[in-house]
Amino acid sequence: MTGSAVWAVAGKDLRAEARSKYALGSVLPFAATMLLAFGFALGPDRVLLERAAPGLLWLAALFAAVDLFHRSYQAEADAGALDGLVLAPLHKGDIFLGKAVAAAVQVLVLVLGTGLIVTVLFGLELSRAPLLLLTAVLGVAGLSALGSLFGLLTVLGRRQAALPVLLLPLVTPVLIAAIRATATLVEGSAGVVGWLGVLAAFDAMFLAAGYLVFGYLLED
Amino acid sequence: MALAVVPPDAEQGDVQRLMYVHVPAAWLAFLSFGVVFAASIAYLRTGQIRWDRMAVASAEIGVLFCSLTLFLGSLWGRPVWGTWWTWDPRLTTTVVLLLIYLGYLSVRRVADSPSRRAHWSAVIGVIGFLDVPIVHMSVVWWRSLHQEATVVRPGAPTMDPSMLATLLLGAVAFSVVYGYLMAVRMRVGRLEDSAAGSLMRRPTPRAGLVAAAPRVDGGEGRG
Repeated sequence: MTGSAVWAVAGKDLRAEARSKYALGSVLPFAATMLLAFGFALGPDRVLLERAAPGLLWLAALFAAVDLFHRSYQAEADAGALDGLVLAPLHKGDIFLGKAVAAAVQVLVLVLGTGLIVTVLFGLELSRAPLLLLTAVLGVAGLSALGSLFGLLTVLGRRQAALPVLLLPLVTPVLIAAIRATATLVEGSAGVVGWLGVLAAFDAMFLAAGYLVFGYLLED
Repeated sequence: MALAVVPPDAEQGDVQRLMYVHVPAAWLAFLSFGVVFAASIAYLRTGQIRWDRMAVASAEIGVLFCSLTLFLGSLWGRPVWGTWWTWDPRLTTTVVLLLIYLGYLSVRRVADSPSRRAHWSAVIGVIGFLDVPIVHMSVVWWRSLHQEATVVRPGAPTMDPSMLATLLLGAVAFSVVYGYLMAVRMRVGRLEDSAAGSLMRRPTPRAGLVAAAPRVDGGEGRG
């Protein structure tokens, strides 16, 4: 693993995002729309909404993130950028880590924005903020690891629909652990460490696995 | 044996006989997904297309028997637990498992070349299997922290010897079926490849970017 290569790939993606503002300009409003729809589905019961808030936060973030992962590789497919990336003298695992880091930064922005909307709409209590932030970072890392791995298939394959079908079951542990950790922190009850442990284990396992197998996905 | 020899369960009656199909089906599903994992690793290491054929054959059989397990379990759960479905850790893990391998099969349809298809699905075969323990662990914790009405499993602590024998025989019989289905499915895979190979000469795969390109031995199909 070469740090500079990872940062070069990540930096490139983040610069592209800074210029296009896709995550903020289009994906965040999508998440907001979804949260509003969740609100309509559940009705205006304050207590119910507060209980559902952590789950809705992560669900909205997850669905919006799937779009981001797709977008991250769509940008590579335009004008043959992907070929350039593949031919660059980098370890394929470093390309994966770079893409994952850039995706994670964007999804983190997305989660924080979504969290703000959930706080306003559903009355989520933002107590124990440092631990909530840690939950967000660990959860986002897990989503981005698998999202950046399989997002590649959306541009190499013929259809985009395969990404959610593949990704959603695989990220079940992230979804459960992030939602439970958030709920635990918001309710102020104990037991958050175990959930953060699950998230950390998932992140380590799939960042490592992604690093090792990403090159195989690029072969043809 | 399941119908004639074994006595009906003391509490559940004849419904319990579903177990002799349900449990072997579940065993077979897990066996199949284990084989997918092993064959996927073998494919990534060797690049031989026969490992890919083995993986996809096993994945299809696994999906079939995983669905059968859930379906039968649901039929059994309705009279015994009073519900089609409960968020029990084992049930939840099994359904996630089924969805992962449905994703595996759907990705195979997306790939635009046979070797790409093989590489992608091998990667998913590895990642998916690694995911299973952590899915199970998180679901178990999730359940234990969520104190809702839990459906109590009617206890059958000791099992009649004839029941156990029937169950084991079922597992053996299903494993034999697995072997047979694998043989048929792999033969179909070989024939498909050789048919595709004779219809249009595929361009030979470019030298691999990371590892060796796969060897497409399409011509070995037996009649």
